[in-house]
Amino acid sequence: MNNILVLPMLLPIIVGVLLIFLRTYGRIQAWISIAAMVMTAGISFYLLHTVQTDGIFRLDFGGWEPPFGILFVADSFSILLVLTSSIVTAICLSYALISTSKELQTMYFYPTVLFLIAGVNGSFLTGDLFNLFVCFEVMLLSSYVLLTLGNSKRQLREAVKYVSINIVSSWFFLVALAFLYGTLGTLNMAHIAERVAEVGQTPLLTTISIVFLIVFSLKAGLLLYFWLPGSYSSPPVVTSALFGALLTKVGIYALFRIFSLIFYHQPEITHTIIGIMAALTLIGGSLGAIAFNDIRSIAAYNVVIAVGFMLVGLAIATPEAIEGAIYYMIHDMVAKALLFLLVGTMITLSGTSKMAGMSGLMKNYPLLGWSFFITMLSLAGIPPFSGFIGKVLISSAAIDSGSYVLLTLALLSSIFVLYSLLRVFKNCFWGETIVSKEEQLPLRRGVLLPCLVLVFLTIGIGLGTEGLSVYVTEAAETLLDPGIYINAVLGIHQ
Amino acid sequence: MESLIIILVGVLTTVAIYLVLSKNVVRVILGTAILSHAVHLLILSMGGLKLGTVPLLGEEAKSYVDALPQALILTAIVISFAVTAFILVLAYRAYQELGTDNLGTMRGSDDE
Repeated sequence: MNNILVLPMLLPIIVGVLLIFLRTYGRIQAWISIAAMVMTAGISFYLLHTVQTDGIFRLDFGGWEPPFGILFVADSFSILLVLTSSIVTAICLSYALISTSKELQTMYFYPTVLFLIAGVNGSFLTGDLFNLFVCFEVMLLSSYVLLTLGNSKRQLREAVKYVSINIVSSWFFLVALAFLYGTLGTLNMAHIAERVAEVGQTPLLTTISIVFLIVFSLKAGLLLYFWLPGSYSSPPVVTSALFGALLTKVGIYALFRIFSLIFYHQPEITHTIIGIMAALTLIGGSLGAIAFNDIRSIAAYNVVIAVGFMLVGLAIATPEAIEGAIYYMIHDMVAKALLFLLVGTMITLSGTSKMAGMSGLMKNYPLLGWSFFITMLSLAGIPPFSGFIGKVLISSAAIDSGSYVLLTLALLSSIFVLYSLLRVFKNCFWGETIVSKEEQLPLRRGVLLPCLVLVFLTIGIGLGTEGLSVYVTEAAETLLDPGIYINAVLGIHQ
Repeated sequence: MESLIIILVGVLTTVAIYLVLSKNVVRVILGTAILSHAVHLLILSMGGLKLGTVPLLGEEAKSYVDALPQALILTAIVISFAVTAFILVLAYRAYQELGTDNLGTMRGSDDE
């Protein structure tokens, strides 16, 4: 029965390999890959229910019992993220079906996206640190390919930087793994956690944990985000939407996992550093978001702000804060994909990415305008939409634990998000229309459909928080009590 | 033996960092390749070098070599091969399109 757990990673890989043989048929590829992602979403929904009723379960590959073999572990936190990323990918793929050029569609775009999602889902599910490295690399290699597909000069230039930085961060990952293995003699996450709890977190282990912090911060864009705006704003729309929605979340997931399961014994060192880094990220992201005139860069800096905000939740690390961070992660995947898709549509319509070249889009494309308005409210955390509940929980946790600096910065950053997007809204949608009704580019039929689905999703998450809260509460409980996870993995029988 | 290997790792890392910091793309790629070799040696020495015989089932030796680091290195080598191959192709394409292999001039302007 547990074998179903491998499907969120295996299904995209198999379908991706099959699609390579259908290279010339862009539309067929699109439909097959959307179907595969919908199936993955269905499977993860089923898994979420199973975890809810039967508790955490695992799949030992080849029947090797936990400390020895590699394994997949499903708890509410990882499955929730798998579910969200599958849904968001399905929607982004349907946008690609409608809007992207023929060249992109037939240049192995769909197989690469499926390999990317296989890496993402694998990273969420794995229970072994080296396996996490391998899944990261699967994801990163696909992201390198996606970043260069399209072949514009700017993309190649950004790709050289992006690939070099990621090679160096993978190197740090291996260094940290080597020292961890040398110290503890195991790579199974639950086993590491048990041993760290037994021997206590010695200074050496704390140092290793900080190396891990550097690695995952580079992936997540926590403080070390200098590579992020360039590489997220240069590729085609769909690719940036997928990057914005998925890639940083994997790094954030890894940070949450490592610092709540394994290295939680010295919060005055590690969690303080995370808090400082999150604060600096919020400041840097806010400044970036208001500094630029290019709407793609504004959207990319909004990713940075969100990363800082979620890590504020980890730095505070009370049950409420963790819950808020999980809500916010789910919300952010949906809302960031939506933001990038809308920004991309605006650029296609007006032919420029500068705010100066756009004006009065509202008159010609009202639906696009209102979708953008809702996205803006959702990202700023206005009540009926999905960003609200996460912000409330993290803020109230910050008040309870007395982290007033983080609270101030988190709330100020929300204002900066609102201001930066409101500036885009005011400049691009209001004002005199530059193009008359006759000259306006027709909005490709159905282009807004995937965006509208995401809009309803963000409203739905906001209104349906009650239904989601069962899973999120359980996820936060598991994260804060490592014993549950360790027992589920190392217990004799489940 | 371990100290010798660790010194070698240090030397390799130094060389690699020197290469990565240069402005020529090909040098940077060579640097990343050497960097990954250094970390492979580090993983190998972390498992302990030659403390017993080969890890075979049914043998009566008192101690065995830890086989896990070797499995890890095998995977890491494959991955670093793939990434190095990719970045070489990328550098070639970037050279064709941008007409330069100098990272300083590759920066370009923001107005494109």
